[in-house]
Amino acid sequence: MIVYLAKRLGIGLMTLLLASAAVFAVMEILPGDPAQLMLGMNASPDAIEALRQQMGLNDPLVWRYLSWIGGLIVGDFGRSVTYSSPVLDLIAERAVVSLPLALMSLALLVAIAIPVGIFAAARRGRFGDVSVMSITQLGVAVPNFWFALLLVYVFAVWLRLVPSGGFPGWNAGLWPGVKALLLPSIALALPQAAILARVTRGAMLEVLGEDYIRTARAKGMPRNVVLWRHALRNAMIPVLTIIGMQFAFLLAGTLIIENVFYLPGLGRLLFQAITQRDLIVVEGLIMLLVASVIVVNLVVDLAYGVVDPRLRTRQ
Amino acid sequence: MSLLEIENLRLSIGGTPILNDVDLSIGAGEVLGLVGESGSGKSMTALTVMQLLPQAARASGRVSFDGFDILSANEWQMNQLRGDDIGMVFQEPMTALNPVKTIGEQVAEGIRWHTGANRRDAEDRARKMLERVGLPQHLFPLSRYPHELSGGQRQRVVIAIACALNPKLLIADEPTTALDVVLQKQILELLRDLVDENRMGLLLISHDLAVVADMADRVTIMRNGMVAEAGETVATLSEQKHPYTRQLAQASVHVPARAEAPASRPRTDRPPLLEVTGVTRDYPGRWTSLFSREKPFRAVDDVSFSIREGQSVALVGRSGCGKSTLARIVLALDRPTAGSIRFRGEELTGLSEVALKPARRDMQVVFQDPYGSFNPRHRVERLVAEPLHLADPAPSTEERRELVARALAEVGLARGDMDKYPHEFSGGQRQRLSIARALITRPKLIVCDEPVSALDVSIRAQVLDLFADLNQRLGVAYLFITHDLTVARAITDDVLVMHEGRIVERGATDEVLARPSSEAGRLLVEAAPDLDRALAARRARLAAATA
Repeated sequence: MIVYLAKRLGIGLMTLLLASAAVFAVMEILPGDPAQLMLGMNASPDAIEALRQQMGLNDPLVWRYLSWIGGLIVGDFGRSVTYSSPVLDLIAERAVVSLPLALMSLALLVAIAIPVGIFAAARRGRFGDVSVMSITQLGVAVPNFWFALLLVYVFAVWLRLVPSGGFPGWNAGLWPGVKALLLPSIALALPQAAILARVTRGAMLEVLGEDYIRTARAKGMPRNVVLWRHALRNAMIPVLTIIGMQFAFLLAGTLIIENVFYLPGLGRLLFQAITQRDLIVVEGLIMLLVASVIVVNLVVDLAYGVVDPRLRTRQ
Repeated sequence: MSLLEIENLRLSIGGTPILNDVDLSIGAGEVLGLVGESGSGKSMTALTVMQLLPQAARASGRVSFDGFDILSANEWQMNQLRGDDIGMVFQEPMTALNPVKTIGEQVAEGIRWHTGANRRDAEDRARKMLERVGLPQHLFPLSRYPHELSGGQRQRVVIAIACALNPKLLIADEPTTALDVVLQKQILELLRDLVDENRMGLLLISHDLAVVADMADRVTIMRNGMVAEAGETVATLSEQKHPYTRQLAQASVHVPARAEAPASRPRTDRPPLLEVTGVTRDYPGRWTSLFSREKPFRAVDDVSFSIREGQSVALVGRSGCGKSTLARIVLALDRPTAGSIRFRGEELTGLSEVALKPARRDMQVVFQDPYGSFNPRHRVERLVAEPLHLADPAPSTEERRELVARALAEVGLARGDMDKYPHEFSGGQRQRLSIARALITRPKLIVCDEPVSALDVSIRAQVLDLFADLNQRLGVAYLFITHDLTVARAITDDVLVMHEGRIVERGATDEVLARPSSEAGRLLVEAAPDLDRALAARRARLAAATA
């Protein structure tokens, strides 16, 4: 298990390094001089040159790359010029919105999709299965921003149960914060849940056809008991893989959803930083997203070991 | 009154008739052998008793267990019977256990379910049961997972699950078909003992007449969903009154007529076709921590042998002895750690794929499973022509069709079969297709990995005839990898006995199999089921009992 983890961790670090090079390269290729953009079209060439010097834009490429990742390693993400504050502070400030949002969506995703998938598999071909599968078909097809607007219309505008957007801050208390994140997380989670439910159903059906299910039934246990005790854990392996991939989708989805709901989160920060050519913020954010996807996949890899003893190497 | 009585059982699945008027009965302490080829309805009969049939199945007739009417029982009543009064053992031990649960959990589960015992008592009982089936606690603690056990050990766990609550009836559906002969003997002895200890009835389903002759008091022979013949074992199998019984018995001991193989006269002037010298294959050990790993596992250990042109050689041994690894090395699909493989006088080890092409053309392979080795979406023409990418120059489309037609003709299939898909063929025909595929490049050597063990006995006899015929007509040499000594006896000139990676015995097939000198060879020969020997032993037992 330790060897397995060390290997995974090594692969994760390699991915991170590759990602940093890719992010840096893309930012270099993008047109537009950040110094010029910040100072406006009427700035004097001297002022622009001075800012370029200050931002270190005139240093050699490799040097700039190395000093950037060197900074990342010691936790210095650089300083945003537009916000004139450290990037890390900006991120920390917004992460308190985005992180709970992503986790709430993930929780909703799992809590909805897995029971629905199991239910459908247990009643394969019957009315329950067919109706669930039609609804998920719809869920797969609907884009999440459109779904978000629909939710706002029904629950915020029409029923007035939750605010239609904005975030009161956690200082206002737990419930108002959660309430503000409720619609966005549903909007993020449900379309993904449709996919995951279908995957769960498929995995369950496959497992239910295995020989060991028949062995369990031959012990005299009813079908439903066998489903929970023997099928579920085996079906979780492909489901975990998909959850890991969907987490990346949820993170990327915050970009759109936070804009729809006016949430001051990382997605909005990224969006603003891109429009303002605040490269250092964009780079830092993307690295953070990459790192969190890698961490989630590491957790998924660990979860494989918990679910499937064959993946735990004997000590 | 019998323990299990089946009368006029008819079964259809989705309207297709599967069973037709099946009758059989088993008494307490009695072993009934249910024999038949695949598709004869043996397994469906067993699943009817368990009521674990597919949803679309409809059964009629009478199935009574201990006076209880099974066909009209509801699911709840059946759950009371299953695992408690009726246990079942399945064919495939590798997949019959849940991979994510420990063997202790899996054995104790049924005990807890039926008796309501607490975890500790159930585990105690599970431990005793595992000990009874030959998995003692100090070597196989309850916390073991199935993947940590071998096939034979897993089958013991499955038997422990089925027998945990001393069922009145045990149904064993081909319990030893996936095991090698030595394990088969051990498992059959275990089943026999369990029957004797608990006066359990045993319904033993098998395609192997010799196994049934050894085990069963009475036999029922099924064909096409009907009972062809039923009766006391010795009388039924030695008199062979019914033509189908006779056909099965003859097919199972069938030896193809082979003239004295020209190759058995050594021709010293020519170098051997294949020469394997000092081949060793190590698999690296697993990493146990960041800095240490297990010792490498030596799968093949300093093996040397040679095959002349037109010679047929058997490589026999128990499962896991390194036979298949050796075959992969011979086929240049795996590289040896040490040693050399010379084919037609040319060194193969270390050659690139391109340089291997001519050798690959002259050396083809036939695998065990005719179902798994064909892409179901391709037509026969394309499948059989597959090895032609090795041909130089590449044949034109016309020539290709011609070559395929010739290969099909050689294995007894029609030219028109070229445009069919694999699913349109029976198991035996599919194995003919894989032989045709191997023949199409006119190879000098065909490596056959258990080529008939997935086939029914009558089809097996035909395929063995085909192998013998091709050897005679085309002078193809064979390396036959098998754990089945009847196959080795039927078709090979010489035999190599492999044990734990080494060749422990070699010689002319007849001599080695008649008088094995190595321990491994002796074990194999003794464990190999033999119809005549089993019948003689049974007769002797009966005579002793009446005297």
